[in-house]
Amino acid sequence: MSKKVAVVAVAQTPGAESKDNLYDQAYHVTREILDKSGLNREKVGTIVSAASDIFHGGISCANSYYWETTGAFLKNASRQDGESLFAFFYGVMRILAGHYDTALILAICKGSENPENDACTLMFSDPFYQRELGIQETIAAALQMRQYMDKYGVTKEQCAGVSVKNFRNALGNPYAHKRGRYTVKDVLESGMLADPLTELQVAPKSEGIVAVLLASEEAAKKITDKPIWFKGYGSSLDNYFLGDRNLLEGQLPAAAARAYKMAGINDPRKEIDLAEITEPYAFQELLWCEDLGFCEKGGGGKLLESGITERTGRLPVNPSGGVLANNPYVSRGLQRVVEAVLQLRGEAGEHQVDGKRKTALAHGTHGFAGQCHAVAILGS
Amino acid sequence: MNKEFKTIKTEIRLPYELAYGATWTRFFEGMSNQILYGSKCEKCNRVLVPARTFCPRCFIDTKEWVEVPQQGTLTAWSYVNYRYFGQPTTPPFIGALIRLDGTDVDFVHLLGGFDLSDFEKVRKIVKNGMRVEAVWANERKAHIMDIRYFKPLA
Ligand SMILES: [Zn+2]
Repeated sequence: MSKKVAVVAVAQTPGAESKDNLYDQAYHVTREILDKSGLNREKVGTIVSAASDIFHGGISCANSYYWETTGAFLKNASRQDGESLFAFFYGVMRILAGHYDTALILAICKGSENPENDACTLMFSDPFYQRELGIQETIAAALQMRQYMDKYGVTKEQCAGVSVKNFRNALGNPYAHKRGRYTVKDVLESGMLADPLTELQVAPKSEGIVAVLLASEEAAKKITDKPIWFKGYGSSLDNYFLGDRNLLEGQLPAAAARAYKMAGINDPRKEIDLAEITEPYAFQELLWCEDLGFCEKGGGGKLLESGITERTGRLPVNPSGGVLANNPYVSRGLQRVVEAVLQLRGEAGEHQVDGKRKTALAHGTHGFAGQCHAVAILGS
Repeated sequence: MNKEFKTIKTEIRLPYELAYGATWTRFFEGMSNQILYGSKCEKCNRVLVPARTFCPRCFIDTKEWVEVPQQGTLTAWSYVNYRYFGQPTTPPFIGALIRLDGTDVDFVHLLGGFDLSDFEKVRKIVKNGMRVEAVWANERKAHIMDIRYFKPLA
């Protein structure tokens, strides 16, 4: 039985709209990752996909439609609905359980074809209470942001600073969907959506077929000389109803603590070398940094201003541009793994962080205002 | 607007009929009578509103029904002034979290009862921590919008 699991190959599509159809696009990404790893389809042990069926795909029971595009013909495969970082961990466990030497994780989302994210996330609201009030993910995030700024005195300029940093980082990322040089003023004046959120503080809807090939220690050595090892994982889920939750004391600290424990990390500020985190709303990067233990409670704004989380900083956060720059809804958590792997391998190109980095954190979240969180630790 | 490449436009419209269940039937029927029901958990002593069949933290049945005050304190708000597909409420509107007196969770609803057309004016009126009160619709249908909105108390 394998004690260690490695990421041995990654592949992804750009976030911008393509004229390819989902079926062909998923095949092309699967083909690419197999070619990169030198495996043929028959050699892949098992497949775990992540997709959000009807709302983000326009087709129900969608895995039956795209199974063959993932190479799953005649294989043991299953589908995770929702956040793809969960699918990543299911793949890890299948290898750790000793049944498979390799696992392909494929997240599928073609955001350019969907209704706007708010229309989809309105359907995440329960039909009796929250949905009839019009509550969707953006409004939930705006309520959380109001409480965050009120409680800790984090300023709207500090929140907007996340957008400035991440869109600028995305200038170096060929897969990013949105990128640009903006000022804090540009971000704050970009048009109100749900106050205090403005347009440039809200992630777009992007395309993202994202693939990760996992392998046992033995199999990894045959496939690559640059394996990136799985070190730890944790997740934690909060209550459903928005009003039942303390939106500033969520489940990310619990998810992170589980991942840190598995990875043997005692001081994340010193031991994490870079983080790719899921911040569909700019301020959430600050709040999540606090929850991950990168700074003290309420210190997210100051952390950003210190420059530590810049691509050139001690602990770069979202050197790819993060989810603000690229938001393939379901695929975004697995995309954080892909970006972390590229950084640890030194293969991130123009958005490569400075210096040698050994340990990376990837974070995914789904549900309103971070109801559910997952954290993965990877190391070279 | 058509894209530069060949696409097919499709819509998925499917009718569903979803049961309210015993607890929420009673809760929403209470609303049609201008009563807000909550449930008290005998283990953690929290009063949950809307009423629940079980306490999601303690994972036991809630047995005690309580009539919840219709005044409370604003804990979060967002002025929403854009449209999205399926939106049931007409913008501009204000989504809000309200801690009703004597309860231990926030009640999600809308703020209103004053001029919402100018955000700068709204911002002068609405503050977290302000006191608010439910305003009932004249015609009620055992539905969450039987409360039109919560209005600021002077
Ligand atoms: Zn309880």
